[in-house]
Amino acid sequence: MEIKDKIIDENLGWQRINEDVIRSMDAPGKYYWITFAVCIAMVLCAVAAEIYQYRMGMGTVGLNNPHMWDMYIATFVFWIGMSHAGTLLSAILHIIHAQWRKPIYRFAEAMTTFSLMTAGFFPMIHLGRVWNLYWVLPYVSDRGIWPNFRSPLVWDAFAISTYLSASALFLVIGMIPDMAILRDHAKGWRRKAYGILALGWRGDDRQWRVFRKTYMLMACFLIPLAVSVHSIVSSDFAMSIMPGWHVTTFPPYFVAGALYSGCAAIMTLFIILRYFFRMEEYMTLNIMEKTCKLTFAIAMVWSYLNIIEFASTWYGHNTYDKELLINKANGPYAHIFWLMLFCGSVAPFALAFQKLRRHMPTMFAVSLILQLGMFVERWMIVAPTLSMAHNPHQWDVLYGSIIEWAIVFGSFGWFSLLFLVFVKLFPSVSMYEVKELTFHLKHEMEEEKEAAATSSKSKAGAVGKPGLEGA
Amino acid sequence: MSLKNILENFSDFRRDAEVGGHHDYEHRWAMSIDLNLCIGCNACSTACYAENNLGIVGKEKFEKGQAMHWLRVERYWDETDGEFPEQGASFVPMMCQQCGAATCEPVCPVAATYHTPDGLNAQVYNRCIGSRYCSNNCPFRVRYFNFWSYYEQSWPEPLNQQLNPDLSVRDKGVMEKCTFCVQRIRTAKDTAQREKRQLQDQDFVTACAQACPTNAITFGDTLDPNSKVSKAWRKHQVERGPYTHKKPKENAELRGYRVFEELNVDPSIMYLERVRETEV
Repeated sequence: MEIKDKIIDENLGWQRINEDVIRSMDAPGKYYWITFAVCIAMVLCAVAAEIYQYRMGMGTVGLNNPHMWDMYIATFVFWIGMSHAGTLLSAILHIIHAQWRKPIYRFAEAMTTFSLMTAGFFPMIHLGRVWNLYWVLPYVSDRGIWPNFRSPLVWDAFAISTYLSASALFLVIGMIPDMAILRDHAKGWRRKAYGILALGWRGDDRQWRVFRKTYMLMACFLIPLAVSVHSIVSSDFAMSIMPGWHVTTFPPYFVAGALYSGCAAIMTLFIILRYFFRMEEYMTLNIMEKTCKLTFAIAMVWSYLNIIEFASTWYGHNTYDKELLINKANGPYAHIFWLMLFCGSVAPFALAFQKLRRHMPTMFAVSLILQLGMFVERWMIVAPTLSMAHNPHQWDVLYGSIIEWAIVFGSFGWFSLLFLVFVKLFPSVSMYEVKELTFHLKHEMEEEKEAAATSSKSKAGAVGKPGLEGA
Repeated sequence: MSLKNILENFSDFRRDAEVGGHHDYEHRWAMSIDLNLCIGCNACSTACYAENNLGIVGKEKFEKGQAMHWLRVERYWDETDGEFPEQGASFVPMMCQQCGAATCEPVCPVAATYHTPDGLNAQVYNRCIGSRYCSNNCPFRVRYFNFWSYYEQSWPEPLNQQLNPDLSVRDKGVMEKCTFCVQRIRTAKDTAQREKRQLQDQDFVTACAQACPTNAITFGDTLDPNSKVSKAWRKHQVERGPYTHKKPKENAELRGYRVFEELNVDPSIMYLERVRETEV
């Protein structure tokens, strides 16, 4: 194994790992507070917009008769999508024993939880009478009224709340050994808080066994959940009869798009953390390369599903669907449509070149372009269908009002805010798993050396004794 | 139900488009709109505003597409096709089609819209939480959302005295749509019950049918074989249920069609095609 292919330097001492990670949680500097203030300002923008919208009505969003949904639903799908990459890294790659996930899965997992916490706001914000939100839940009422279980919006409510609680639980469980390390290093209220979260972790043999089992169990539970959540979100569209929404391939298309935007977000956060927390030794270029390859593969799956969708519409000869497709490519939204295809299907080819994959500024730009593409993709799912559906009398083009954009903008602030708080309160790199990784790597290297030594020995001295191996 | 049974009798298990709605209707309110007679005067729409307490949104919001006209007269301009000269506007009064297999009903998360035994898509304003999914799933785009509170601006004192007391004034955040003047249906039913008789065709009509100067709109019960509307439906050989109706081309007398009936939503409004002079 050459050094170039190594995920991480195996000679990192355990003490060093502890120190490096705990250092990243030190009292924040000037730039942190500036970013923090900017994020709070963004959130305040959104809060002000929401208060105005709440008082005045949904008309402030600029919605009209064909456009009953717009950017809120598109942003909702975007954030739900982003949550999928965390599960991919922490659960799917855990099950298939991909070692390289270990130094980076923690912040991806946090991203999952926080983007779900952001996404969850949007279905509420977009309701006309948000104060009656709880009617969607099947609570027992003396009037015997239940929600409509046939409605995909009700499935959404179940799916998202299940996914959010499961992924938050997964995050907390995965942090237990790290919490114990922090408890032993911290003072004051932090010590108490980490002590509670560590759940009395001592690191003995039995605890590790139970922990491994629990972690694996949660991973197995989370994977089907992640797939089903975005399939259910896609059925918000696929269950309708609208052209461009009533598409059979929507569930896999949405899941692919979700993993895609999530992986792009992981790349962005990877680079940010790598530079600001000086995590070069943990978030190595080799890990980045593997993430990029994964993203590239998913990008190709997404592009393929796009082609399937276009082809089945084209050869399906359903008037409404076909006309909508032509209008998307050649109508009022054409520039956005082609931007989506460029960002989603052409830009990822930058990930195919090793030189670019190892050049962080390029990767940072590419990851942002990919995310822009995926954001626009969600918009192109929601808006053109409503603009150019069955009844041509009700055709209209809508770009949303400033209130709508303020809330969308604010959601990015809210997500960043949660993430900023996270990186200072919790280790964004999993300490115990990096230790495990270096330990295994060292072990492997030693074994390889030994094997090399014995094989050279056996070549020299033990020719003609093949029977021994069998015995 | 063994696998063998399913495989052998597959055609029995296979079903075509499902028949929506109830299976034992008390009434089936329906309309027939003759586009030959429609002059696009908008009297129906005005009557609807007066009858159903529709909010008046003002010019600005109307241009934004936030108007609340439950019944709108859609205008299409027939351009010249070379052979015939420009023929001007043609009109389609478009309101809720009270579909038998309505697409708006299954998607509402709180079941605020449902099918009544009268064949109507009822909208329960008090239950609506404003997710607007029903409107998104309506191919006709005839559901209207209260984007704002309109009552202060629409009916300043003393105009609030003109509001119809038989139904509510809706506030912001609620979906609404044509109800086939359900308050008139209710009143007529109550009167008939009080007088201990069956509901009759001439008992009442909707506001739009009442206001139409050319009698283009006929309203009635298709379950009553003697009603004007069922006679019209029979005459033009349009039937309820999934899309099977194929108009024979040679018979120009059969002008009936239902809008988007190929989507299998089973609309309750039959339109009678307009015949141009040039085509005769």
